[in-house]
Amino acid sequence: MANWKPWTREELAAKAASDIPEGWSVNLGIGIPTLIGNYIPTDREVILHSENGIVGMGPAPAPEQLNPWLVNASRQHVTLVTGASYMNHADSFGMVRGRHLDLCVLGGFQVAENGDLANWSRSENDRAPAIGGAMDLAVGAKRIWVVMEHTTKNGEKRILRRCTYPLTATACVKRVYTDLAVIDVTDKGFVVIDMVPGMTIGDLQALGDAPLHQA
Amino acid sequence: MIDKFVRSVAEAMAGIKDGSTVIVAGFAQVGEPRALVDGLIEQGAKELTVVHNTAGRGREGVARLIGEGRVRKIICSFARSRGSVLFEEVYARGDIELEIVPQGTLAERIRAGGAGIPAFFTPTGGGTLLARGKETRVIDGRECVLEQAIRGDVALVEAWRADRWGNLVYRDAGRNFNPVAAAAGELTIVQTQNVAELGELTPETIVTPGVYVNRIVHVPSGDPPVVIN
Repeated sequence: MANWKPWTREELAAKAASDIPEGWSVNLGIGIPTLIGNYIPTDREVILHSENGIVGMGPAPAPEQLNPWLVNASRQHVTLVTGASYMNHADSFGMVRGRHLDLCVLGGFQVAENGDLANWSRSENDRAPAIGGAMDLAVGAKRIWVVMEHTTKNGEKRILRRCTYPLTATACVKRVYTDLAVIDVTDKGFVVIDMVPGMTIGDLQALGDAPLHQA
Repeated sequence: MIDKFVRSVAEAMAGIKDGSTVIVAGFAQVGEPRALVDGLIEQGAKELTVVHNTAGRGREGVARLIGEGRVRKIICSFARSRGSVLFEEVYARGDIELEIVPQGTLAERIRAGGAGIPAFFTPTGGGTLLARGKETRVIDGRECVLEQAIRGDVALVEAWRADRWGNLVYRDAGRNFNPVAAAAGELTIVQTQNVAELGELTPETIVTPGVYVNRIVHVPSGDPPVVIN
């Protein structure tokens, strides 16, 4: 019987948020990554970018302050912080591809030890997949962090030697936050830098197929 | 005197031919030229290639155009979003061709179309399924994919304010694809929420210079629907 407890989505978001330093420009993807915005301390100036042309995005509005013209790339109503600006869609993705964002945090299906990411389709035969902006973000930001559960609900491994799902981008992931561990992707492969209390490297190793190194 | 305003949506949509490529701007229902898409449905052109971020939602706008069998091909980044029921039906019957494009590549292809750049290499999609069948080249150690510009026979745009020259200002996140779409249309048609006198929009604030715009129709349709996820 396992004597460790996975981090919750909120704990995971808070953990990633605590690692984002003041001054970074950051894009937060759909899902748990979006939650990270709620845990960045308000006195820490981090500039949030949204693909639909917002630089300086703030939190969700109070109902009476909702502006129907202001949504983020996840179709959620948001606010602006002081100093915010708008761009058109092409310039916004130019900012992404041009390596002007310090960080993008994406959800993931699989991460490989060489940094390959799969997060948009579970099969080559998916006839009408949704890509959105994930491929542009994955090749463009200075660093990519992935937040995902360590295994699928059915226990399938996601920390792999090579991805089996179609790739979003090659060799792009720098760090993975799972509900069980924080793992850096380095030249020598996966390096575990944090684990939930009670977890051993041996336990964690059994939940993925790529070798794990200790920091 | 230059005056690009027309009196009705029907007048704005006049002359659009079957087989046209139509760029429809907008993102998440904000800055989306809904009245013009409805006008295109009324106008009747068919065998269209539609360029839009999604394949539409619900049963309105681009989704309805697809549902009525008027779209031969859709070029988009999100074919399958929640509520894209009409696309699903038509796609399942094999009655529509789908070209799926990363969102940034879609925006850049439209920008390139308006800017006279016929094609460009981008790292987006390099080493993935989307590079298959396309010309690739390793540049600075990264596989890059050759992507073709998109130019519209027609571009449909929504502005917040427009003057008679076609100078445009957008509201908040309503800017999105609109400026690049406006530049990439052979025939650029604008619906505007508000009308400005020439000179009222200050030069520093004009996002789209009127040279890009052909026809404008005043559609004070009000706020976009509040998005409920």
